[in-house]
Amino acid sequence: MRQLSSPIAGLVLGFIFGIGLIVSGMVDPANVKAFLDITGQTYGAWRPQLLAVLGAGVMVTTVIYILAKRRKHPLVEAGFHWPHATVIDRQLIVGSALFGVGWALAGYCPGPALVALGSFSSDAVIFVVAMAAGGSLQHILQHKLAPR
Amino acid sequence: MVDSVWSIWLSAAIGGVLVGMASGGLMLFNGRIAGISGIFHQTVAGSREAWRWTFLAGLVLAGVIAALLYPSLLPAAPMPVSSPAVGGTLKLVAAGLLVGFGTRMGSGCTSGHGVCGLARFSLRSLAAVVTFLSVGIVATFLIGVVGGRA
Repeated sequence: MRQLSSPIAGLVLGFIFGIGLIVSGMVDPANVKAFLDITGQTYGAWRPQLLAVLGAGVMVTTVIYILAKRRKHPLVEAGFHWPHATVIDRQLIVGSALFGVGWALAGYCPGPALVALGSFSSDAVIFVVAMAAGGSLQHILQHKLAPR
Repeated sequence: MVDSVWSIWLSAAIGGVLVGMASGGLMLFNGRIAGISGIFHQTVAGSREAWRWTFLAGLVLAGVIAALLYPSLLPAAPMPVSSPAVGGTLKLVAAGLLVGFGTRMGSGCTSGHGVCGLARFSLRSLAAVVTFLSVGIVATFLIGVVGGRA
């Protein structure tokens, strides 16, 4: 049963996540670009509304995380995989900065890009292929070419 | 006008609630952080765990269903066959490479560090969020200065 319920839960939750991104307006790159344009000088006017996506998303997730932490194990898997990393290092900051530049350029972050891929956007197809290549390139540079 | 501004805030918040339900739900049900870049990179690398594949399929499926049933929810004129101008393509490729490289190097994006990281009060994720938001804001400003109004 667990073998089937885990991927089914994944499918349903991915679907809900995607619908949430669509309803919120994050799948429209124009909204994201205008959200990052706090002075309004690049795209005309600041659109602060995406703050509500992050705010509501964090609040609801916080509540569910509190409920999850009271449990010994998740509902359809054997154990919880809470992240353990706490170090704030160059890797984290440089990576996040590169992501910020790409995010501003296209108005897509990974989730909305994948949803837009489903809605037959040719822009999203190009973006997602490049995103896969970029991630693979980073992995190769870090693990294959520069072994520690 | 006032109505439409408030309806944008409202739909953003409702969307955020759904995102939160799915993010929290992936921990409650599957015991996993809903970090889309991480799930995506692991899947591209050939993950053997089915939930990653189905979670991504669910995201894509949401786009398919919306395009078929509620196209008004999506950005105007999604282009199924037409291809963007060459300059636009180069910009998309550069952006995709940066987002893919950066999220793998920094171990997360708007969902993993943003929603999930802040929800578990991670200072490391807060540092990531402050970084990509401020760099995104500065980059947007510079795009305007250079004049690449797009």
